[in-house]
Amino acid sequence: MTGAAIPAPPSREVELTIDGRQVRVPEGTTLLQACRSVGIDTPTLCYLETLTPVNVCRVCVVEVEGSRALVPACSRPVEPKMVVHTDSERVRHSRRVVFELLASSVDLSLAPARVREDMARYGASPERFGPRAARVAQPVKVDNELYVRDYSRCILCYKCVEACGADAQNTFAIAVSGRGFGATIATEFDHPLPDSACVYCGNCIGVCPTGALMFKSEHDMRAAGTWDESRQTVTETICGYCGVGCTLQLRVQDNSIVRVTSPLDHDVTSGHLCIKGRFGFQFVQNR
Amino acid sequence: MYAIDPRRTSSAAWADVWLGLDVGSDIALANAIGREIIHAGLTNRAFIERATTGFEAYRESVEPYTLEHAETITGVSASVIQELAHAYARADRAQVCWTLGITEHHNAVDNVFAIINLALLTGHVGRFGSGLVPLRGQNNVQGGGDMGAIPNKFVGGQDVENPEHRARFERAYGVTLPPKRGWHLSEMFEAMERGDLRTLYIIGENPIQSEADAHRARKLLTGLDHLIVQDIFLTRTAEIADVVLPAAASWCESEGTVTSSERRVQRVRKALDPPGGARDDIDILCELARRLGHPWETPTAEAVWNELRALSPWHRGMSYERLEQLGGLQWPCPHDTHPGSPLLHDRLWEDPVEGPSAPFMPVVFDPPVDRLTEEFPLRLTTGRRLDSFNTGVQTGGYASPMRRGETLDVSPEDARRLGVVEGEIVRVVSRRGAVEAPIHVDPGLRAGLTFMTFHFPEQVETNLLTIDAVDPKSGTAEFKASAIRVEKVCVQPALSAAGSAVEAV
Amino acid sequence: MDLHLIPSAVPSSEERAAIDAALGTCAADRQWLLPALHAAQERAGWISEGALNYICERLSVPPADAYGVASFYALFAMAKRPRAVAHVCDDIACRVNGAEALCGALEARLGKPGEPLPGASATWLRSPCQGHCERGPVALVQIAGPNPVNTTVTAATIESILGSLAGSTFEPRATSQPPSRVRATAGQANNGEGDSWIAAPQTTVPEWRPGLRLLRRVGVVDPASLDDYRAHGGYAALRRALDVGPEGVLREITESRLLGRGGAAFPTGRKWEAVAHAAVRPHYLICNADESEPGTFKDRVLMEEDPFALIEAMTIAGYATGCETGYVYIRAEYPRATSRLAHAIERARLRGLLGDDVMGAGVRFDIQIRRGAGAYICGEETALFNSIEGKRGEPRNKPPFPVQAGLFGKPTVINSVETLANVLDIVSQGGPAFSRIGTAASSGTKLFCVSGCVERPGVYEVNFGALLGDLIEFAGGVRGGRRLQAVLLGGAAGVFVTPDELGMPLTFEGTRAQGAALGSGVVMVFDDSIDLGDIVHRIAAFFREESCGQCVPCRVGTIRQEELVHRLRAGAPMGSAAAELALLDDLAGAMRDASICGLGQTASGAIQTAMRKLGVFGATKS
Repeated sequence: MTGAAIPAPPSREVELTIDGRQVRVPEGTTLLQACRSVGIDTPTLCYLETLTPVNVCRVCVVEVEGSRALVPACSRPVEPKMVVHTDSERVRHSRRVVFELLASSVDLSLAPARVREDMARYGASPERFGPRAARVAQPVKVDNELYVRDYSRCILCYKCVEACGADAQNTFAIAVSGRGFGATIATEFDHPLPDSACVYCGNCIGVCPTGALMFKSEHDMRAAGTWDESRQTVTETICGYCGVGCTLQLRVQDNSIVRVTSPLDHDVTSGHLCIKGRFGFQFVQNR
Repeated sequence: MYAIDPRRTSSAAWADVWLGLDVGSDIALANAIGREIIHAGLTNRAFIERATTGFEAYRESVEPYTLEHAETITGVSASVIQELAHAYARADRAQVCWTLGITEHHNAVDNVFAIINLALLTGHVGRFGSGLVPLRGQNNVQGGGDMGAIPNKFVGGQDVENPEHRARFERAYGVTLPPKRGWHLSEMFEAMERGDLRTLYIIGENPIQSEADAHRARKLLTGLDHLIVQDIFLTRTAEIADVVLPAAASWCESEGTVTSSERRVQRVRKALDPPGGARDDIDILCELARRLGHPWETPTAEAVWNELRALSPWHRGMSYERLEQLGGLQWPCPHDTHPGSPLLHDRLWEDPVEGPSAPFMPVVFDPPVDRLTEEFPLRLTTGRRLDSFNTGVQTGGYASPMRRGETLDVSPEDARRLGVVEGEIVRVVSRRGAVEAPIHVDPGLRAGLTFMTFHFPEQVETNLLTIDAVDPKSGTAEFKASAIRVEKVCVQPALSAAGSAVEAV
Repeated sequence: MDLHLIPSAVPSSEERAAIDAALGTCAADRQWLLPALHAAQERAGWISEGALNYICERLSVPPADAYGVASFYALFAMAKRPRAVAHVCDDIACRVNGAEALCGALEARLGKPGEPLPGASATWLRSPCQGHCERGPVALVQIAGPNPVNTTVTAATIESILGSLAGSTFEPRATSQPPSRVRATAGQANNGEGDSWIAAPQTTVPEWRPGLRLLRRVGVVDPASLDDYRAHGGYAALRRALDVGPEGVLREITESRLLGRGGAAFPTGRKWEAVAHAAVRPHYLICNADESEPGTFKDRVLMEEDPFALIEAMTIAGYATGCETGYVYIRAEYPRATSRLAHAIERARLRGLLGDDVMGAGVRFDIQIRRGAGAYICGEETALFNSIEGKRGEPRNKPPFPVQAGLFGKPTVINSVETLANVLDIVSQGGPAFSRIGTAASSGTKLFCVSGCVERPGVYEVNFGALLGDLIEFAGGVRGGRRLQAVLLGGAAGVFVTPDELGMPLTFEGTRAQGAALGSGVVMVFDDSIDLGDIVHRIAAFFREESCGQCVPCRVGTIRQEELVHRLRAGAPMGSAAAELALLDDLAGAMRDASICGLGQTASGAIQTAMRKLGVFGATKS
């Protein structure tokens, strides 16, 4: 390393109380980061380290004394002398109901195991809204050979919109359209992707937490019943195309690549890829 | 952000200012910027005095490049050139990034010198956030050079013609090495033409389709006594080889390292078993050595890497363990606790500067070799599209929804003038050959400029058109500047009927 | 930006001309998105792909983004439909006045809402409250074309709506029509879109007039005449403001103890001071005229009848807080208020009362009008910022607060029309004098929107401290001498109160003490003939329709709440009514605690109180 790098300005520390513990963190830290720094486990769905917090899912809410409503930990910066409760009755209640509302309206079966654990932790029982509770049901959109969109799994976390937009790809092919319960992620006039601005970087797939966006190969294998994670390996390597040096995680089943991801914590592209890195692997298995 | 490109690319659309210059006029532009910086008193005098040599000669060399003169040559207005010159010189931090638009010219190295001169003039080099950034088009271009796969270097940038460097390798391997640099690619073709090069061993390259003036490349390769091709595909070049050695894909079927544009060495790993018969490059080379009578074991990739580390000071601190732990390291990384070097040339900011000063390299504008004439009035420049890669042998394997095949992209003005419409097949003729391709009207092109890729050689062999005028210093051909004309293939009655039908409505 | 437009979608020459006319030579900036979308909608009757493409090209906005914005608003059609559309209010105040019967009649003539009969030139849609509750049922009739029509049909009948849909095509453009000088005499019955000073019955009774402050000029002054406004004391307050300087104005406002009338009751002086002293520039002033709380129409009356007063008050506010630009964000359902305000702004500009040198005092201030497009949520201040900025009207998380980072991320003063209307008297007569009106904790007078089953619905101005029962008596009491069943206080976001609570003092503190809130001043009266279950169902549907969809508790919670009410209304509760009430309480708790904004936070109050206090659906009264 060289001395020519511009040093970051020294940041001041803020002291606050979380669940009765005194916590010191740098100014500008979010409540979520502060909680994590002292090992307090806080559920999140719409939060991702590499994206601007949108604080819409509300499962990370915590109670801040003096605040009328609960506050989203993911986006709220710490303030001196804040007194925060992350496991109060109000917090537990809201988290529980939010999980129930989500699970009663969308298909969470492909969400990470963590979501099921959180639902159990908060005692969420989505079935209590009755068997006729409206669901976000619509057919899977299959309009190209690379990836599919199954919005019946979409929790509207905005991550794909952010990854397609100013937080990563700057393509702006998709946005939230409509409003209320009818709001959905869409291209303009809900045109098929090949008519849209989509450049198939698949960064939306990389950030989707519920499997609403999926490689077509994976979608087809799941439909055929051949998707078997017990037979899969994940290997990290470097993309074989251009000189940027993106890290690829190759998920392989039966000597075939079935999904390509990239680790968020890699400092070359923070998990983002282009169409060639994400989908351009087929040539090695045209054997 | 200023985007300098003959075409209004996506990057140009995002830029604050787009400078749509004429193909091959880069030196005129750079020299005019340099002259303007000097005349406006915006040079970094302290840096020039401390860290550079040859400023006076440079100053004199750019004197003819007034803003107005540059406007005439480049087609970019004088005021915009002036704005860029001032913005670059006044910026706290500024980078110049470039790629093949600079280097695929007959005077590629001069183009690069012209840019380096600007960085030296303003001190925008060797500091965090400032610098000179050649963007590599292939994942291991940098690594190939660093590993000695260029005719004048051993591994780690050590010079073949430097006796001290050479001695280090002779000692390590117990052999005597030729004291002269070898041929680069273009020189090899010249040697084939002379009959001096009769046997060729190609690893992972498809020159029959990727070389400029493809007619000539094919003729020379087929005329060899013996051709060996080692590749993961049976490429067009492999098809004419005497021996084909099927190899494993380096990025997913074998272990090793690659080096990115920013000199970051990263690990590649085996995720898939290669198809039957295909073998790891190391395995093939060692097997070949054994067949030639040398009792080589087949070492692991890591053992080969450690051998390299012993010989290359740049890489010495990069154990596999550290590369894996740190997600790669940027050279130079001379020892086991060195964090790698995100910056090069920061020594230029030491006072006094240790080691050699950075020389200004005066260069003069020299237009593309393939001149525009009445017979060949249009400039053809070639390049890539996002979803495809080079000759398409890899990217042809997946179904990109964006792919539309080869087209001759023309400006709306030229389309009107030529009387051609979107999708119409035309004949594209250069001084070397002719191909047929469909028209695509691209509003991002200025009148007089046309564009093709070379991603679809099976459909359109673009490189039949390109010129093999080669930069003597780098060996790169002038893919970026050919002169062409467009001929209508036949009248299209269906279209004209449709046209009159529309008028009737 | 590297824009990827919709392949081969081109606007008609008419759409292009309309968009060009709306945008003029403005820069490619997405803050002009809403005006451009209005232009396209009003020209063609829908936002076509070609029109959207052209707007995106002009403003450098990605089509997917623009589509996301356009599809957010109820008044923009994203699919082709007839050019003439009646948006018929079927919300709670109009239901009391026969909206459902009207909808039934329309369905018989025009087909189902939004499903025009083959070849029909007109269609109709159901709409939430349009803020003309004193003369329901009402319909907003829009006819797209070269001279687009936007007009409100009040006391609507099937004939008047069909007449408007059919005949108005050739009427002059409503928004360019100068306000009428003709007015009905006091007390005279008024049909159709009459003069809205009738909406303030107090102003017709001579002995009540002296007590009026905010309504002082309503029914007296010509809303089209700046001279008339000045003859009635207009611009004296701005003169005094310029004399005492910005700090002097801030002091008067602070000493007046004025609290915001938009619902949150925040001290206006503190808000103004925070922006006035914010280092970041520029500062922005916004008048929130997106009055959309069902049952609310007071701001409309002020803007229609006394528009110069709002302009003068905004000028004072801008002067005191260092804003050179003010916006009036007004709901699209107020075409007449919009045209009168636009006319008044134009007059004020011509007379040097807006512009680069206000009153020759070297003060720079001007006002732009921005029309909403059918979204209750855009009355929420941060959603309103996003709407002006050309984004989806989704609320932002607070902090940062508007005074720190509001419109375009800059310090922003945002006040409702009524709050601003108070500024004139405060500056003219002094903050301390104002603070002595009303009660200790609620200074000044308050406008109430009395609607529903009363003899004389309308806007009433009373000193803080009047009792709820007094106000209803003011409005002539329950109509037809029927028995009072319930009062909805504060609108859909408010709570129901019972006939036992008529002694409640109408102050911020008095309502709070009884678990209610003044909200936007809605006092909606229901007599014993009204099916409150139906009203509650409509409230539940309202919140489901108007949720922006951003946060989970509100997006899904409002539909679960509506489903729950639907089950109860259908007499098919899951378990028992009491079990449903317990489930509602669970939902309501999470919506109140975890929603981003006030919409979700208050979406259950009316329903819970109807069930708890009034025994609607047979849930046990507490």
